[in-house]
Order: sequence, then C-alpha cells, then structure tokens
Amino acid sequence: MAALLNIKGLSKSFSGLKAVQEVSFEVPAGEIVGLIGPNGAGKTTCFNLIAGVYRPDAGEIHLAGSRIDGWRPDQICRAGIGRTFQLVKPFAGLTVMENVIVGALNQVGSVRAAQGISEHLIEQLGLAGKRHAAAGSLTLPDRKRLEVARALATAPRMLLLDEVMAGLRPTETDRMVALFRDLNASLGLTILMIEHVMRAVMALSRRIIVLHHGQVIAAGAPDEVTRNPAVLECYLGEEAL
Amino acid sequence: MSGHWFDGVSPRAAKLLTLLCVALVLFPLIASDYLITVLILILYFAYVGQAWNLMMGFAGQLSLGHALYVGLGAYAAAALYVHFGVSPWIGLWAAMAIAAVAGGVIGFLALRFGVAGVYFAILTIAFAEFARLAFDHWPWVGGSAGFFLPVANYASNDLINLRGSPTMFYYLLLAMTAAAFVSCHALLRSRAGYYWLAIRESPEAAQALGVDLFRYKMYVVVLSAAMTSLGGVIFAFYYNNLFPEQVFHISRSIELILAPIIGGIGTLFGPIIGAFLLTTLAEGLGELMRLLGIDVPGVKQVFYGLCLLVVVMFLPDGVWPPLARRLKLEQQRSQGLAER
Repeated sequence: MAALLNIKGLSKSFSGLKAVQEVSFEVPAGEIVGLIGPNGAGKTTCFNLIAGVYRPDAGEIHLAGSRIDGWRPDQICRAGIGRTFQLVKPFAGLTVMENVIVGALNQVGSVRAAQGISEHLIEQLGLAGKRHAAAGSLTLPDRKRLEVARALATAPRMLLLDEVMAGLRPTETDRMVALFRDLNASLGLTILMIEHVMRAVMALSRRIIVLHHGQVIAAGAPDEVTRNPAVLECYLGEEAL
Repeated sequence: MSGHWFDGVSPRAAKLLTLLCVALVLFPLIASDYLITVLILILYFAYVGQAWNLMMGFAGQLSLGHALYVGLGAYAAAALYVHFGVSPWIGLWAAMAIAAVAGGVIGFLALRFGVAGVYFAILTIAFAEFARLAFDHWPWVGGSAGFFLPVANYASNDLINLRGSPTMFYYLLLAMTAAAFVSCHALLRSRAGYYWLAIRESPEAAQALGVDLFRYKMYVVVLSAAMTSLGGVIFAFYYNNLFPEQVFHISRSIELILAPIIGGIGTLFGPIIGAFLLTTLAEGLGELMRLLGIDVPGVKQVFYGLCLLVVVMFLPDGVWPPLARRLKLEQQRSQGLAER
C-alpha cells in the first residue's frame, strides 16, 4: 500500500544536541505503526516535527504526496493529522464537552453539528458521565482519554498518539487498544504511536520503529524487532527475551 | 425567539434578567437627574468593560491601552460632526473603522513579531501614549487645549445629532449595553467563541486542533477595538469636550478594566455587576465625604485600589461566579458556558 506519511532524512538539533538525526521511515495508509525507544531517544521531537511544532533543520515530510514540513500546526491539523500531547494540555477551564467541540469545529462549521460529533466521541472514550465537568478537574487517565477524543474530533486521516496508555490500568489499556483497533478497521484510520506500554504496542502495531539517540536503529514486524539484539540492549532489556 | 436568546441561561436567570431590563427601562421615570448621570456612568463602564472582556476574558489577550480606542472613536465622530456636520450615526462607522485599523495594526505587529503576554500589554500602553502625544499636538482637533462640541440644548432631544438630555444618552447606553451583552453571548456560542476560549486556555493545544492563532487573535482584537470605539462616540457627545490628556491617559485604560476584573473576567455579567458595584460605591463614598465636609483629593482612586485588593484576596474569580452560585442562576453544571 502507498505510504500516507513519508519521512526522509529528518534532522533537528537543539543548541548542539542532536535530538533527531537523519530519520527516515514510512507509515503506510491504514496501518498502525509503533514508535518506541528509551527516554530521550527523540520520539516526541519526531512527533513535534511532523505536527509542525518545530521546523526541521533538514529532511522532508510528505503527507499523501504533499510536502508538509514547515507548515504551521493548525495547517497540518487541517491537512489531516491529529495529535495528542504527552504532557496533556486540556482546556482546563472548559468542560469536557467544550474541549471536544473545539476539535470537532475543525471538520464542521456549525457548533450544533460539532456538538453531535463530540457527544458520540465522548461516549466512545467513556467520558459521558463527565461531559459537563471542567477538564481541569479530571484525573490523569481521563485527561489522556480527553486528548484522544479531541484529536479524533478533528476527523484526522492519521493520528499521532504520544503515550496515551501511560498511567492507565491494564483493563483500561485493553479498552483503549480495542478502540484504536476498531477505528483502524472501521475508518481505516492510520496511527503512529509513541508508547512505552509494550502490551499495547504489541497488540496494535503491525510495524515498529525503534529510535535511539535520535536515530532509527531497527524497524520491522513486532516479533522481529523485539528479538533484535540492539533493541534489547538499549531499550527492552535482556529479560524481555 | 427568546428561547434562542436565553440558550444556556437558566430559567431563573432569564427571569431576573428580564426584570432587571424592565427596571432599567422604567428607571428614568422616577429617578433624579443626579441618579441618571450615575447610571450613565455605570452603563458606560459596563459597555466598554464588556468590549475589553471580549479580548481579555474570552481570548486571554491583555490590553492595558483600551483608552486608545475610546479616544479614537470619540475624536473621529466629534471631528466629523464639528468640521463637516456629519451626523454621529454616520461618524460612528468611521470611528469603528479607525479603531479597528488601529487594533489591527497593533495586533499584527504583536503577532508578527511574537510579542505576547505582558509584552503585548506594554505594546497596547505604548500605542495609547503615542496617540495621547499626537493628539496633544494636532491643531485640527484642538491639540492640548481641547476639542469642543457645541453644547447641547437639553430642552429638546435631537437623536440624529445626539444633542439632548442625559435621559437620551441613558437610553442609548442602555441599548448599547444590552446589545453588547446579547452579541457577546452569541459570539461565545459561535465557532469563533469556542476558538477564543481554547486560545485563552492553551494556545498550543488550540493550534494542534486546527485553530489559526493569528486569524482568531486578530478577529478578537479588531472586534474589541471597534466595539470600544462606540463607547468613545457616546463619551464625546455626552461630555461635549475632549482633552488628549484625559481621554487617552493610562488611568482611563485602567479605569475601564476595573469593572470586568471586579465583576468577573470572562463572564458576561461580570462587567455589568462590576460597573454597578464600583460606580455606586465610589459615588456613594463621594457623597458621604461631601456630607462630612471632608475634601481629600484622590479618595476615589484609593477606593478603587481597596476594591481591587479585596477582590483579589477574597474573590479571585470576581464577584459574579460566587454570586451566580449563591443565587442558583447557573444550570446544574460544574463550570462552562452557562456560568459565563
């Protein structure tokens, strides 16, 4: 299948620190791809480059054929990439419903239509009971769910998930996994996920990319990657065998 | 129709609001001239407070130079009237256009060069000061000696040229304050309203959800500037004299933001409640001082300071949010649009 997201030779330094160096990979349309690696490997920087928060020093990012590096985050959102933040950024003073409506207004012009979309998503993410609660009053797992609901509300072709499973209980993780699998199957939603919860990564990803010191050190099918000695050494640890 | 207007307002609040409106409409029938002038002051601060609140309360953009838009509106309409005999009803469009352009220039410079937060606030002060100095040295509008409109004949009300009694200005300001309230209520429930609140809460998250920060910040700055300038038009025709040292002075900008801060930033009722509280208390204090025969200059300013201190210490969200809860005026929601 054709690549929806195509990244070529992406590099970014922060005052001498090479956060991302010469990273290239593809995310085929309709696939779920995991991005893993130890802390500080450059995963979130990679996301922020794709989402337009940073401008790359070098390299190109293509979404469905059009070059999107250098675009602003809102332009990239409108182009069809939704993202969540690792450090959640809820609109704390607004209700859960209002938070999701802001996202939904990316796909529809009328607030009434956005309300309908939001209602449905809030239900899907299990936030229905808290729809009128202030987002600032939510627990961390609920805030993660809200991040996902908001990003989905923008009607993305591709979703960037930054550690949305962190802090969830195993049963909650399974529910979230089921949701993404369902969205992927029913809507053909393409997902690129940064995740430390291997239970979720292994359950969802068809392909895994491993970053270390800002470079891709392995890429391939999950069982292949998890047996890769370099990956075991730097990230998963010997006991993962 | 009314069902639509009160969308998101609890029935109890709607009832009280209707009652308040009726009382305000009937007020001049029983009130003394003095009370009317106090009410005019209250409505003026409620109106311009609402305009400032749109920018700061909804979109989180702090302006400390709103006197600029009041002054531009006042001078534009007054100059057109005095020099060319243009009715203020036409002049107000020029006033709004000029203020909107000024707001647009400031907004553009700030956004283009990434001036945000307190630095943006300083920029707004700077522009108000530029205007003060420029108008001080502009003979066409009287310079520092002041600009005067032919004094009104109170016996007859000329609505076309806004020459008339305080009662006429009272009703005008009442209509403007009501219109501002209704428009802001509608704006808050529009796409732009949601985007402004999102920008206020987290610009990064808003941008990630497709909100064009530049565009929506520009909208709110321009809208707030244009809205504020209408207050300036009324100011000019009510007082009949304009002095740059007074109109554009920073104390005017500060005075203008006190009502929404004390009433509750980001709430629709805040500017109105705040204007009522501040103005009546300040006037009451003035009366009391007169009765006691004490004459101390600056008492009003000290009083404003004390009010701010009390609100900041005990009611950080302003008077309205806790009052709304006490009166059970909000719907059963923890927080959200209904409370605003």
